[in-house]
Amino acid sequence: MNRYPLWIYVLIACALVLGFTYTLPNFFGESPAVQVSSVKATVKVDSALLARVEEALKTANIVSQGTFLDPNSVKVRLADTDTQLKAKDILSQSLNPDRDNPSYVVALNLLSSSPTWLTAIHALPMYLGLDLRGGVHFMLQVDMKAALTKRLENLTGDIRTQLRDKSIRHTGISREGTNILIKFRDADTRSKARKVLEDNQQDLTFTEQDLAGEEFRLTAAVKPEAVKRTQESALKQNITTLHNRINELGVSEPIIQQQGADRVVVQLPGVQDTAKAKEILGRTATLEIRMVDEENSNPATLLAAQQGQVPFGDEFYTERGGSPLLVKKQVVLTGDRLTDAQPGFDGQTHEPAVHLTLDGPGARIFKDVTRESIGKRMAILLIEKGKGEVVTAPVIRSEIGGGRVQISGRMTTTEATDVALLLRAGSLAAPMEIIEERTVGPSLGADNISKGFHSTLWGFTAIAVFMSLYYVAFGLISVLALSSNLLLLMAILSLLQATLTLPGIAAIALTLGMAIDANVLINERIREEMRNGATPQAAIHAGYERAFGTILDSNVTTLIAGLALLIFGSGPIRGFAVVHCLGIMTSIFSSVVISRAVVNLTYGSRRRLEKLAIGNTSWK
Amino acid sequence: MEFFKIRKDIPFMRHALVFNVISLITFLLAVFFLATKGLHYSVEFTGGTVIELAYDHAAEVQKIRSALEQAGYADTSVQNFGSSRDVLVRMPLKQGQSSAELSKKVMDTLAAEDKSVQLRRVEFVGPQVGRELAENGALALVVVCLGIMAYLALRFEWRFAVAAIVANLHDVIIILGCFALFQWEFSLPVLAAVLAVLGYSVNESVVIADRVRENFRKMRKASVTQIIDNAITSTISRTIITHGCTQAMVLSMLLFGGAALYYFALALTIGILFGIYSSVLVMAPIVKWLGVSRQQFILPPKKDKQEAVV
Repeated sequence: MNRYPLWIYVLIACALVLGFTYTLPNFFGESPAVQVSSVKATVKVDSALLARVEEALKTANIVSQGTFLDPNSVKVRLADTDTQLKAKDILSQSLNPDRDNPSYVVALNLLSSSPTWLTAIHALPMYLGLDLRGGVHFMLQVDMKAALTKRLENLTGDIRTQLRDKSIRHTGISREGTNILIKFRDADTRSKARKVLEDNQQDLTFTEQDLAGEEFRLTAAVKPEAVKRTQESALKQNITTLHNRINELGVSEPIIQQQGADRVVVQLPGVQDTAKAKEILGRTATLEIRMVDEENSNPATLLAAQQGQVPFGDEFYTERGGSPLLVKKQVVLTGDRLTDAQPGFDGQTHEPAVHLTLDGPGARIFKDVTRESIGKRMAILLIEKGKGEVVTAPVIRSEIGGGRVQISGRMTTTEATDVALLLRAGSLAAPMEIIEERTVGPSLGADNISKGFHSTLWGFTAIAVFMSLYYVAFGLISVLALSSNLLLLMAILSLLQATLTLPGIAAIALTLGMAIDANVLINERIREEMRNGATPQAAIHAGYERAFGTILDSNVTTLIAGLALLIFGSGPIRGFAVVHCLGIMTSIFSSVVISRAVVNLTYGSRRRLEKLAIGNTSWK
Repeated sequence: MEFFKIRKDIPFMRHALVFNVISLITFLLAVFFLATKGLHYSVEFTGGTVIELAYDHAAEVQKIRSALEQAGYADTSVQNFGSSRDVLVRMPLKQGQSSAELSKKVMDTLAAEDKSVQLRRVEFVGPQVGRELAENGALALVVVCLGIMAYLALRFEWRFAVAAIVANLHDVIIILGCFALFQWEFSLPVLAAVLAVLGYSVNESVVIADRVRENFRKMRKASVTQIIDNAITSTISRTIITHGCTQAMVLSMLLFGGAALYYFALALTIGILFGIYSSVLVMAPIVKWLGVSRQQFILPPKKDKQEAVV
């Protein structure tokens, strides 16, 4: 009656072995490491980089505990934090000879110290949340209204240019809310304009409206799908920009995620200098196009400028290649007029190039300027933190109309990609605002871990002592079941790499405290059956059978609460809910199946069982 | 070992009215405090900034407060947190001030006063986030209640569902009432604790409901009152031991969990203590008054017998 088929024992053994294996990495702790990853899309992380890293360490006499190559980075494990810091300096020096234009991010990191065979089967320690390891969490909201306004302004400019190109006379174009209003003197012109615009502007819908007087209006509204597209691309560009900026911080595992339609979550584990992090996140970079001052550019003035004597109305810059340059202070165009930048190739020479797309007014200005300055040089500057950098300074070969600009010459494919990225992602598509910030210092993180650990430990001990005293052998079996519950829960959390937070640890403790309910129910039921005169074997059987319905019901109700928390909760609550829900699942398995298996193994095969070691049952 | 040598059923139902009056009074008191004092919401709900600082030595709260006031931060609350060396600074939301500047400026101001100050934690929540959290919290509470009621109605009977949810919402209100009375901080983890308690103390009602159903089938001649009394009596030892174990865990969190888990554990403690009382002594009388009877459980036993034959 109290025997399980073999397969259940095998199943339990498998579950426990797997559970133990995947829990194991948590006991090995972590050792200091240095992580090298690429900043640029074109610089690949491969075995060549691994060899370079090993070579650099060897020359500097730094003994590494192992180097690893994964898809995005090279990691070097080191003996202690001193060597870690030394290795970081050595590597960033040797991998990034040009400090102003680094190709790699060299960041401090922690690597699991578990043996390689564990890492090979993806047995990793639990992924600790920011409140346990320290770091910064930001939630940023993208100002979608601003993104849309910007788009509308670009469209207004486009419409103006197109109407002028076709010589269609209007009496005014203005932006009103989310619409563009164009006024005409007569209906004929209006229908002509409408035809032209409908052919050229796929993102707009037009409606006509006659005002009592002589005014004939044409209202253009942005199509809903175009609005959505604008917002999506604004968000995407902002995320790209954030990625580039965060790379500067040298964070080993940054998380930059979209959340909802207009929010971005940024998590920087281990970052302590929050002021710098915030400054970098909120920074605005702009693009400027100015003319090179060719009249004043001869070797003598350039030399003088280098020593600080800059001609009036000019500014001194050094080009990427290192050659000096005098640029006029007057700005021709700003990055606001740039709608896109893509790397590519020149149609005729097949040289690498960057293709820029300007909006309507930008295209007009650019056309005028290039017509007047053929043969002269133009400088494209990226202004960041009030400091400018000349990205490139090409010679204007011909008049450029239509808003499509190509920058080419003296560029490699890599540089073209870089410049395009800088121009595109150098600035934010729409302003962002920090709407939530959480910073946790490293000491607080360590404190939280030890507090959470001690809470669980002492609570568990108290329950274990009480259960073994009160229910004797069955109490011990219950404790065994509870331990396996903890083991399985930790294994699942490690396997899923779900983020463990302090509320998550609290959920582990609470789940254990609640899971003992099932065993109490079973043990009480067995006692009751014994008192009512059942034989020990029958009592065990009936106890488990009858208690199961109740256990299932009560766990389902707890699970309903857990799931609601999971669905509606955010931040700390979600961390709690994930662990809570998983814990309920594992607790049903361990308190019913595992404890029954142990009971069956102990008592199931005994023919003459007179008494059960479950405490006093004879008082009736 | 055995704590509960109960030979006769305890006549809980005889005193049902007394218990119900007691719980009605506590319930009304809780509502009164909620209405008059209101909850002391944490920064997560209200929006604002919280900065946790640590000093090498006992911090002089008064000095910190005046330093911040001089720097132009009015409405700032400064208090000790956990130990005398830890300080918690709370600042309300201010129009046009970004969190980026705020925490840095505060740190600069305080570092000028005392070099040993260390930043432990900053939490900034904008107004829109707080409102969303409050809305989602309320929604979660409603969904939990409906979900549990639906499940209980399906598994048992609508009377049990109604009684269980009344009993357990009464727990929730009492927890909230305590938080209002003592002006303890109501934060997101506390909300999680409240919802977890809701799910947990329903267990209690489930165990008793299960036993009532079983008794209706077994004790053919007993009255409804006898059946309920017997159900409560025979599960009382399990109820107290389970709650004792869970409470041991929660107590451990209360003692060792530090400030971060303190209110979470406190909410659980109140919930667990009242959970025993309410699911036993509030739920059972309500079930009876809603008119539970043997007829409602006549069909299921037949089904059981058929299964036994097969």
